[in-house]
Amino acid sequence: MTNTSRREGLLVQTGLKPARTQVVVGLGSCGIAAGGQKVRSALSEAIERKALPIQLRETGCVGMCYREVLVDVFDPQGKRFTYGNVTPERVERLVTDHFESGRPVRDWLVRSPEEPLADDSFFAKQKRIVLRNCGIINPESLAEYRARDGYQALEKVLRQMKPEEVIQAVRDSGLRGRGGAGFPTGLKWQFARGAKGEKKYLICNGDEGDPGAFMDRSVLEGDPHTVIEGMLIAAYGIGADEGYLYVRAEYPLAVRRLRKAIADATMAGFLGEHILGSMLTACGSKFSFQLHVKEGAGAFVCGEETALMASIEGQRGMPRLRPPFPATSGLWGKPTNINNVETYANVPWILLHGPQAFADLGTQKSKGSKVFALAGKIARGGLVEVPMGITIGEVIFEIGGGIKDGRAFKAVQMGGPSGGCIPASLADTMIDYESVTQTGAIMGSGGMVVLDETACMVEIARFFLDFTQKESCGKCTFCRIGTKRMLEILTRITQGQGQEGDIELLYDLADKIKTSSLCGLGQTAPNPVLTTLRYFREEYEAHIREKRCPAHYCRKLLVYRIDSDLCTGCTACTHACPTQAISGVVKQPHLIDQTRCIQCGSCVAKCRFDAVKTQ
Amino acid sequence: MSQSRKKPKKSSATREETEAGILGAILTKYVGTAGAVIPILQESQEALGCLRPQTIETLALGIGVPASQIYGVVTFYSQFRLTPIGKHLCKVCHGTACHVSGATEVGEAILDQLHVDEGGTTADGRFTVQSVACLGCCSLAPVMMIDEETHGRLTPDRARKVLREV
Ligand SMILES: Cc1cc2nc3c(=O)[nH]c(=O)nc-3n(C[C@H](O)[C@H](O)[C@H](O)COP(=O)(O)O)c2cc1C
Ligand code: FES
Repeated sequence: MTNTSRREGLLVQTGLKPARTQVVVGLGSCGIAAGGQKVRSALSEAIERKALPIQLRETGCVGMCYREVLVDVFDPQGKRFTYGNVTPERVERLVTDHFESGRPVRDWLVRSPEEPLADDSFFAKQKRIVLRNCGIINPESLAEYRARDGYQALEKVLRQMKPEEVIQAVRDSGLRGRGGAGFPTGLKWQFARGAKGEKKYLICNGDEGDPGAFMDRSVLEGDPHTVIEGMLIAAYGIGADEGYLYVRAEYPLAVRRLRKAIADATMAGFLGEHILGSMLTACGSKFSFQLHVKEGAGAFVCGEETALMASIEGQRGMPRLRPPFPATSGLWGKPTNINNVETYANVPWILLHGPQAFADLGTQKSKGSKVFALAGKIARGGLVEVPMGITIGEVIFEIGGGIKDGRAFKAVQMGGPSGGCIPASLADTMIDYESVTQTGAIMGSGGMVVLDETACMVEIARFFLDFTQKESCGKCTFCRIGTKRMLEILTRITQGQGQEGDIELLYDLADKIKTSSLCGLGQTAPNPVLTTLRYFREEYEAHIREKRCPAHYCRKLLVYRIDSDLCTGCTACTHACPTQAISGVVKQPHLIDQTRCIQCGSCVAKCRFDAVKTQ
Repeated sequence: MSQSRKKPKKSSATREETEAGILGAILTKYVGTAGAVIPILQESQEALGCLRPQTIETLALGIGVPASQIYGVVTFYSQFRLTPIGKHLCKVCHGTACHVSGATEVGEAILDQLHVDEGGTTADGRFTVQSVACLGCCSLAPVMMIDEETHGRLTPDRARKVLREV
């Protein structure tokens, strides 16, 4: 059989090219959290009850998390209708109108082959390489992955390319590490290949500790074989025969799907001893690779490569000084190559389509595409993959649909605790490693948390310092104690106890922490403070000098009042108030005694009529 | 293995015997595997609910390292617990996306509803409430996870309702 006809056969067999109507439910973590399993059961029940000739399938995350639960309907002609916000209650009408009578329910469609819809712009500027299969294939089916050219790149590499050629191809593509630092991947592989030693290891970093980031989770849950194939190609390139996939403890579904994918790939001869049977590779020997999954145990710092390796070895996850770099002395002292999930996921595509196709995308120094997790106050939160060089504004407004509830865009947090806040005025910044770094933030792993006018920037800085201070492993004095002091200062500013000189003290500490910490955690921990000071210094000053929070966020700086028009006199707030500052008669508007109020916000939380207002 | 946890505990001697059996089986599984301390601890905690001093002593002996080394690992990673938790573990996300979407209010409502402090267990032993940084469902923020089930798009009221229905 030719390759094309084999692929055709697989496409029909697996249902990716439907011979009859297909219904596909999105069951990534986000789809499940939104009630995907219930929708799936309702669909399955209705299809069975009515004995409809319909195949029900499942897939990972398509990225439109803001529309979960998502259900795709493919008719026998291959036309794809996507329904958003599906609930078990909506299933009945979908079945009768669309499946039985062939009339799509237009009001619930978010994508349709028959008419342009508003949500089309979510996809218009995307370029999907890493996510090429996410939301399309069933992540638990090796056959479906193969039907989409899965393991073709591996076969091509093993049959036709020498390890040096593989490394050269990755170098030519311009791929840089997607875990944050952006180190050229091909160069890293070359170091590991050149390192002395028989035994070499390969590690995939799936620790994804940045709060607000979920790219790696979606890829591992949505297309685990891509990551495995990328690792196999890298292992062949550097000469490793054993590898580890380190996944964080909070991702049970990803771990389960990876284990299944590894078992299936091993059965099919893509993993384990003598991959692809007794075939000799292009360098004249047989190729074997063992892959293990390691679950993290909850420590942010274990995302740092040397800490991660200590963790795999069963120790406390403390970073150590580099050099020696992992390429020369890594896991158990052996040469080791470590890359991020998304970095590996790019590799099969690059080898199949050629390095030039990848290098054609992006800017001079940042090639290809990048996956971002859009969250926070954005209208369309979800997972997107865009070509490098697109602007932050395009991602937030054209793809992300702008800010929720019609509010104003204030800033976007990129790079998590190591990154910073880029203000709305810099929305034209191009997304490439160098341009983002210039703003004081970093590209990071791809988390974009969008902030609107209600966000207090001092409080955001405090939030991140609270995080890094807790997650510091404690090895370096300035990282351990310096972050604590910075957190204390920020906390006091947000509570109205800020003093003249606090800003200077923050700068001083930031400088010392950056210069005297051993690993990236400490070296970057002050970034959220430095960027907010750089772009929003006046907010710090308002807190310190005027005891005022311009965003009306910091509770201790607010005045609470009850709106007598909205108050029904239900007395819920009087019971909630810990200082008995609220008085009033049942069914009459209540009143807050400002001298007793401690600004704890309990009354706001308790009130069901939105009657407690803040100024 | 997890079934033996649910067996009624007749006397403390039986419990110790069962525990020794469970730990023995886990240790045997990892004989000869390098760097297995963390998976051994994870499986032991999964089976026994938490890692008591006695458990750690047994594991240290079985692995052949000082107990202090095991304590070092246990106290480093946030997943490990030295004391038991309630029947249900409620993880409230305070990651960035959840934080800016009202996680503070949701968290307060949960603690208020269950009458517990952060990290504490309810008097009836039904719930332990823990705050975590990011469950990876940021686009549905604010989020909490009860046992293995994730609940998104929470408001203080919705969170209370979810807890009532557990
Ligand atoms: C505190 C800290 C946390 C990190 N967390 C992660 C992470 O969660 N995932 C990741 O891929 N890289 C993380 N890194 C970066 C890794 O150390 C390493 O550079 C990366 O895995 C290399 O892969 P890449 O070249 O493909 O980006 C972290 C670094 C630091 C300092
Ligand atoms: S920040 Fe809460 S799930 Fe990510």
